[in-house]
Amino acid sequence: MLNNKIAVIGDKDSILAFKAVGADVFSVKDKFDAEETVKRLARTYAVIFISEDIAAQIEEITDRYKSRPFPAVIPIPTASGSTGYGMSGIGKNVEKAIGSDILNKK
Amino acid sequence: MARLNVNPTRMELRRLKNRLKTAVRGHKLLKDKSDETIRQFMIYIKENKRLREELETKLSDSLRSFLLAGSVTTSQVLEEAVAMPAFNLELTTGESNIMSVMVPTIQVKEGDKTNLYPYSFAAVSAELDDSIKNLSDLIADLVHLAEVEKTCNMLADEIEKNRRRVNALEYVMIPQLEETIKYITMKLDENERAATTRLMKVKTVIQQ
Repeated sequence: MLNNKIAVIGDKDSILAFKAVGADVFSVKDKFDAEETVKRLARTYAVIFISEDIAAQIEEITDRYKSRPFPAVIPIPTASGSTGYGMSGIGKNVEKAIGSDILNKK
Repeated sequence: MARLNVNPTRMELRRLKNRLKTAVRGHKLLKDKSDETIRQFMIYIKENKRLREELETKLSDSLRSFLLAGSVTTSQVLEEAVAMPAFNLELTTGESNIMSVMVPTIQVKEGDKTNLYPYSFAAVSAELDDSIKNLSDLIADLVHLAEVEKTCNMLADEIEKNRRRVNALEYVMIPQLEETIKYITMKLDENERAATTRLMKVKTVIQQ
C-alpha cells in the first residue's frame, strides 16, 4: 500500500542530497536495474522522482503509471543541469490533449 | 455510410429514433465535457510549465552546490553525514475530482524543521548546510510540481479518450442511425403508396 513517502531514483551523486532532506533514495546501475526499481517502488511510494537521464531510458515503464493517480513518477534534472526531458514531457501532454504543441511554439 | 442491418418496421423505426435522440444528447454532453476539460487542462499545463521552468534551474543549482560542498570532504565523510536523516519526509495524499477524473492531491506534512542537519558540524563544510537548507525548501515546490504534472498527465489522457468518444458518436453512430431511419421511413412510405394503388386498382376492377 501507499506509504505517503517520496522516493528518489538517480545516480549516486545526485541522490545523496535528497537523502539528507529525508526522502528515501535508491541508486541504480543500469537500465534494467532502474526498471526493476521503479516497478518495485510503484507499489508503495506516492511520489517517485527520477533523474532525467534515467527516466529517458525507461520511458515505456514510466508511461505505464501516467493514467493512475498514484504513483506520480516525475523526472527531475541532475546536478549537471536539465536535459529538457521534463519539458518535452509537458509538450507531449499538450500535444496529446489538444493536437499540437501550442505552448512551446511561438 | 453503411446503414444498420434491421427490419424496416415501425417498431424498429421508433427504437432507432430513441437511440438517435440519446446519441445526439450524449454527443452534446461529451462535447461540453471535452471543452471544459481542455479549459482546466490549459490552466494546469501553464502552471506546470511555469513550475518546471522555475524548479529545474533551482534544483540543479542546489544539487550542484551540494556536490561542490561535498567535494571538500571525502565521500565517506559525506555519506556518513547524511546517512541518518534528521527527519522523514511525510506526505499527505488524497484524491480530488476534476471533471470526473480522479487526480491526486499531495502535500508535504509540515514537520519539525528546527533540527535540519543530521550531522556534526565539525565534519563537514558550512556550504553543505546551505545546500541542504535550499533543497529542503525546494521539496514542497517539488511535491507541488509532482501533483500538477500528474494532474496534467491524467487530464491529457482523459481528453484523448473523450475525443475518441465524441468522434465515434459524431462520425459513425449518428450518421448510421440517421441513414437507417431514412431508409426505414422511405420503405414504409413506399409500402403505403403500394397499398393505396392496390386499393384503387381493386376498386376499378370491382366497379367494372
